[in-house]
Order: sequence, then structure tokens, then C-alpha cells
Amino acid sequence: MDNGYTAANGKRGPSCDVSPVPDGEIEDICSTYGNDKHRMLDILREVQDRYRCIAPATMDRIAAATDLTRIEVEGVASFYSFLSLTPKGRVTIRLCDDIVDRYAGVADVVSVFEEVLGVSLGETTADGAFSLEYTPCIGMCDQAPAAMVNDVVLTKLTPESARQAAEALKAGQTPEMIVSNRFDELSPRERVLAMVDNNTRHAGEVLLGPVPEEAGLTNALKMTPAQIFTTIEDSGLRGCGGAGFTTGRKWRFAASERAEKHFVICNADEGEPGTFKDRVLLTERPHLLIEGMTIAARAAGAREGILYLRGEYAYMRAYLEQVLEERRRRNLLGEAILGQKNFSFDIRIQMGAGAYVCGEEGALISSCEGLPGEPKTRPPFPVNRGYLGYPTVVNNVETFCHAARILDRGAAWFNAMGMEGSHGTKLFSVCGDCLNPGIYELPYGHTVRELLAMVGGLEAAAVQIGGPSGVMIGRDSFHRRLTFDDLATGGAIIVFSGERNILEIVDYYMSFFVHESCGYCTPCRVGNVFLQKAIGKFRSGHANPEDIEYLKDLSATIIETSRCGLGMTSPNPILSTLLNFPLVYSATSRPSKDGIRDTFDIQSAIDSARKIAKRRSYIFDKDFTQ
Amino acid sequence: MSGTKRETGFTFTIDGVEVKATAGMTIMEAADEAGVYIPRLCDHEGLRHQGSCRVCTVKAGGRSVAACTQPAAPGQSVENETPHLTKMRRDLVEMLFHEGNHLCPICEASGNCELQAMAYRLDMTEATRFPYLEPCRSLDASHPDIALDTNRCISCGRCIRASQDVDGKGVFGYVGRGIHRRVAVNGENLADTDAEATDHAISREVCPVGCIIRKRVGFAVPIGEREFDHGLIGHEIEEKRK
Repeated sequence: MDNGYTAANGKRGPSCDVSPVPDGEIEDICSTYGNDKHRMLDILREVQDRYRCIAPATMDRIAAATDLTRIEVEGVASFYSFLSLTPKGRVTIRLCDDIVDRYAGVADVVSVFEEVLGVSLGETTADGAFSLEYTPCIGMCDQAPAAMVNDVVLTKLTPESARQAAEALKAGQTPEMIVSNRFDELSPRERVLAMVDNNTRHAGEVLLGPVPEEAGLTNALKMTPAQIFTTIEDSGLRGCGGAGFTTGRKWRFAASERAEKHFVICNADEGEPGTFKDRVLLTERPHLLIEGMTIAARAAGAREGILYLRGEYAYMRAYLEQVLEERRRRNLLGEAILGQKNFSFDIRIQMGAGAYVCGEEGALISSCEGLPGEPKTRPPFPVNRGYLGYPTVVNNVETFCHAARILDRGAAWFNAMGMEGSHGTKLFSVCGDCLNPGIYELPYGHTVRELLAMVGGLEAAAVQIGGPSGVMIGRDSFHRRLTFDDLATGGAIIVFSGERNILEIVDYYMSFFVHESCGYCTPCRVGNVFLQKAIGKFRSGHANPEDIEYLKDLSATIIETSRCGLGMTSPNPILSTLLNFPLVYSATSRPSKDGIRDTFDIQSAIDSARKIAKRRSYIFDKDFTQ
Repeated sequence: MSGTKRETGFTFTIDGVEVKATAGMTIMEAADEAGVYIPRLCDHEGLRHQGSCRVCTVKAGGRSVAACTQPAAPGQSVENETPHLTKMRRDLVEMLFHEGNHLCPICEASGNCELQAMAYRLDMTEATRFPYLEPCRSLDASHPDIALDTNRCISCGRCIRASQDVDGKGVFGYVGRGIHRRVAVNGENLADTDAEATDHAISREVCPVGCIIRKRVGFAVPIGEREFDHGLIGHEIEEKRK
């Protein structure tokens, strides 16, 4: 919230001009992207990287180069967490403050960074060397606590390893040198693996087992688009990002829309706390992913594709660029793919910049278009009018990988795995209180208990299925199955032992949604703040039994009136714990003694009046003196 | 929509009233023409539909949708002023009251304010349950003829669209994200922009609350003789049916 009265006449905040940017430099950056307003996110990311801040004067120049108004540029610059209107340090350390990282001891790691670098959390050192801040889940919950140091990822931090890293940075070493003193000699892939472990615990038949090269694409090139749709539809493949829409139908809808151009976009913006499955696919199966996108392009008639990579995964960008380059060299991308004269397709990587909501299909497209990551009004749907108004197929990383395998092995092979309505395998990213956090590729239909046995988590008291936007279940529900029809999930499974405080977890998840709501619609923007405040009452012992009804009632309004999936699911941490852990709420609420709300504190209520009057209260201050 | 081709007309119902529509019309457009009022704050005649305040939420075919952006469908049965939807809308209006600082007795927009009028229409007469966020946003009185008090802004964005689309200027825009998202001006302050008191974006009909203030005219019409002193918000649309 805005607190503290700022100067009159609306001057907004301190100016953040570090030093004037020399003539021509901003213009050069803009011209690199063809002065195209739709590449605004790339332009702003580059300005941020180079000058550590997007100053008002800089926004004026960007606006002039791209033919926008400054307020439009500011709208984008102020939306994304990784862009800043005030100067950041040359090295920005972002510690993941996910609940799993908290339980893994991130607070101790923060203390070490604060002590060694002489900077408090949320601040930048006076010499502009370091910024230290928290950031929501960076997709490393299986190796928490984790941090981003500029684009470099550090995992499994301890106070000791944090001290080493902080001291090295203070001594002037680059973040890369913390990872390896021969970082420069490593290949892009080796760099990725030096930073982050895969933790593949169980490879299934479809994705993480042996995969032949380009077998799916080779088959697809011999088929008509109609045959491809039919194959994908017959396989029963549904979107793996969480919503579960039938993939074949999505492709068919986009292809049947007559337009000058079609687009294929891969959603690699997995931001749901506890999800890291796409990270492993991007590291281990990037060719399969691009193969799947190429098949979708062939089917939908697209010549251009975009891989939207979340800002937190910038550490693997160079590797993915190398994969794309290699495929162009092998004629698997580019003009006349594999000699097919009428089939050309290429892909660019669009980096995100720290915004969970961009995982929503429409918001993702907005972000690709250089806009704030706000969901679009539906209808029209992306398959009808998506990126720049053209029909667009947007699928999750895992979905494209599955599609490529289905084209290789056939619909029946895939359909035979899993259960009715939930065919094939699914990647589960498991973290929290278990012995073997990591990635498990399993056919749909296992019970939660079976999965917990595999991961060494049978002691669990609660399991969060599908991340905060999913549901939290207790031991009495461990017999339930991981399918679309029972416990649907984009893949995040977070295990909590009996020592964990359910209300603390719920409070964290609500703070996450408050932080990540785009703010477009009233119920999500405002309602989630109210929900989080209400949970605070339960945590502080000020809740009344009526507050339980209040939570349910407010949640219902938010779910029913929100504009996109974020608001339609954000009350789930509260609703699912009210349902499955009702005692947590009844034990922390009590009827008020005198009908006055316990949260009302007369002393704090009259405090500002006391200050203005410069005297104490005759009625409420026992030691009243003029 | 219009053109040489024959327009395909159809009908649907809102709270049992038969309403005519043509292909491409939103539920609200059709309702307005038929004299059925659907409460709204961010939508305004002559401006692009935005669908952000959600006050116009209706049930169409069993699903809750924003009437201002949802296309009407033949034969559909739409629920509008049911107790359930009125309650949802009241929650949303209460959220807007609690998000900003809306002190009707000291606001010069009182009586002309759509937020206040909507609260009356939706029967927001009991004590509210939500906490007050009490923001403290800076006033912008830099412009000789216009002042901005964004403490009263409800983020409807009508000024943004009016300035862009009608005035061809772009004086206003959204900045920030989540609860920090709000309307800001294209420059250091309003005097730094090309805003003029004669802009459509600055006119009384565009800002539904007392955020955009034209200096020196605030009390030209006395309280008691103002727009919503003459009837409930929406009465002009409803009178079409009589």
C-alpha cells in the first residue's frame, strides 16, 4: 500500500537517474528490436540489465523511439518485478522466499548476505554494488533454499555456502565464478547443469525415458494437418499446465480459423509455487519440446513461434538459443524444413521478467506483445484471435513434448496409459518434507499415498496438490487419485509434515497471490488483500467464529466475479484448508468477550489523533497529563 | 456489424424480459437498447469495453460473466438483478470503497458520484465488513484548471480510454501491479501533460467519482439538485422501457 504522504503536486517518488545515459545508447537498444513496441519487454530488460534502472528520462526516449507515450512505457516497466524504476545494485541477489525455502532455512541465509554485504533485505548498498531482495518461487523447491544472483542460480544454500558466495561477490568476483572458477570454459549445457540439479527420480515411458530423435516430426511431415489433429485427439492428450483443455481440439480450432498468419507459443512460464517440471524438460528434452512446437506449427499452419521463458529461468537461455541454432543448422527449423518446400517455421525466445500471472494464456500473449502481463478479454479466445490478433496455439512445455511422442508412437500407445479421461503420463515435481524431492514421471491415476511412498513422504500430515491454486489435503484424503477428475494438478506436489503450521502456509500463499495479482479486476486486486488480512487475524488470535463464514463468503465473491484463473483459484488455499483442516480455524477463533471486534485496538486507533493534538487522551490514557 | 449484409437479429431474455440483439452485440449493449439496466462502473457510453470493475457480472447460461464484454447469444437466459448477483455486486462496490478513501460528506462529487449512487442502488446500507486500506496517495494540483485526487480513484480507466480514443492524447495510463496498480499521468504531474479542461477525459461524465476535479466549478450545482438526487443510477436507461 502507499503509505506516507508524498510531496504535493503529484511528483512521483525520487528520481532514479543514476547518471544520464549517453546520447544514442537507448536509441541503439530500441533499434536492435526494430523500434517495435511489441518488443517492449526485450527493450526494457536490456535497459535494466545495462543501466540497472529504467529512469523517467529513459522512458521518454524509449517512448519516442517506439512511438508510444511515456505512460505506456511506464505501465510495462512498473508491472514486472525484475524491472525497476529505482536503481538496483550491479549485482542483485534475489532469494526465493517460497514456503519450502522458508522451511529449508532461507532466513539464516538472508542474515549472512545482510551481514557480509552490509545491506538490508529490500535495499541497495550506497555504492550501488548490491541489492538484496526476496522473490517468489524460482522453480528450485527441490534444492531449496535457492537464489538468483543476477541471472545465475545458486541452490542448496547454507549459511556457510552463502557466506562463501557473499564474500566472493564482495571481493569483486562475478556471480558466475561462484558457480565454477572455470565457468567460461563450460558449454551452455554444462553451465546449466553446474547451477541446477535435475533430480529426476523416476523416468517414465513417454518423456524422460529414452526418446528417439525427431521420430515424431518425421511422421508428422508425412501426414495432413487433419491426420495430426485426429492423432492428438485420439491419444486423449490434455494440456499439462493445469487447465487440461484437449490439445487436439485446440490445434484444430486454431487451424480452422482463416487468417493471414498463425502462431505457436510455448508457455515456459511455470510460476506456480512448487512447480519445476518444465525446468527439467527444458534442460533434458529441449529438442523434443521444439519438435512438438514444430509439429503444432505444421498442423496449425504457423510460420512463427515463441518460446516464452520465465525470467527466473534466464540461466538456461543461452543453452536454449544454442538448441534453436543447432536445429536451424540441421534444417529442423527455418525455411523448407527437412526439404518440405511449403513448410517453414522458426522460433524466438521471449524472456519474462518476474510475473506469475503471465502463465495465464492471455497474459502470456499480452507479455509477448510488449504489454503489461494482463489477461485478455475472452472471447475472443487465443485460437481465434491471439498474438497480435492472429490465431494462436498456446501450450505448456510438457504438452508439446507429449505431442511429439504421440506422433512417434501413435495415439493408441499413449491412450493406453493412465485412466479414462486422464491418459498418458504426467510429470510431478515433488518437494517439501520428503526424502527424495524431485521429478517423477508417472501414468495418471496413482493415489497420493502411492506417490508419497515413492518420494519418502509417508509421514506427511498435509499435501498441497497443484500448488497454491490447487488444494491442500490431509491424511484422510491420501487415497485420492492424481487425475483430471479427482485431484487435477499442473504437477506441483508439496509435502508438509505435522510440524508445519497450516495457517502460516495459507498466509504465505495468500501473500503470493496478493503480490502476483495483475490488479486489472476489482475482486482479485482487492479481495485477496482482504483474505490475507483475515488470515492474519486467525494467526494472531483475534479471529471470531463469524470470521470463518466471512472467509467463505468473500472467497465465493472473488471466485465468481474474477476475470481470469488467478482470481478464480486464489481463495483455494483457504477454502481447501477450511474443508480439510477445519480444526485449525476453530481452534484459533473464539467469540469476542463484549461484542467488540478483538482487532479493534483503541490505543492504535487514537494514536494519530494524539500526535496531531500533541497531548494524551483524558479518557484512554491512565496517566493523562496536559 | 453494420454494412450491406443483412444483420442477423435474435432475441434472448434478461430476468425474463425479452431483449433483441444482433450478432456481435454484448449483453449490456443489447440490454441498454431494450431499457434493461445492468449496473456498471468501468463501462461508459462511447468508450471501449474493459470488463475490469466486474460490477456488471451477470449469469448467462449458468456462468458468471461480465455483461459489458460478453457477446449476447440467441435464446440465452440471463440473470441480472437477482438477490445473489446484487450481493456480489455490493461486495465489489464495498471493495472499491475500502480500497480508496471515499468520504462522501467532504467530496465535491457527492450526488454526482456513480460509486455513491451504485451503493444506494445496491442497498449498501449496513456497516461493511471489510477492512479499510486507507491509502495515502499524493494530490496533483499542478494544472491550472484540473486537480487529481487519486485517493478517490476506483481504477475504472474511463479517463484513460477517453483520452486515448476520443481526445487522441494519452494523458492517463495504468502503472503498477496488483493492489499497487493505479491510474497515473503521462509525465511528472498533470501540468507536465497536454491535458486541458475541455478534454472529454476531464469532463464530469467520464470520471465516475471525485478523482478528476475541474477547478472552480465544484459546487456550481448545489447538493440536492445533482444528477442522482433526481433518481437512482440507471433510471434513464430503465425509462426507455416505460
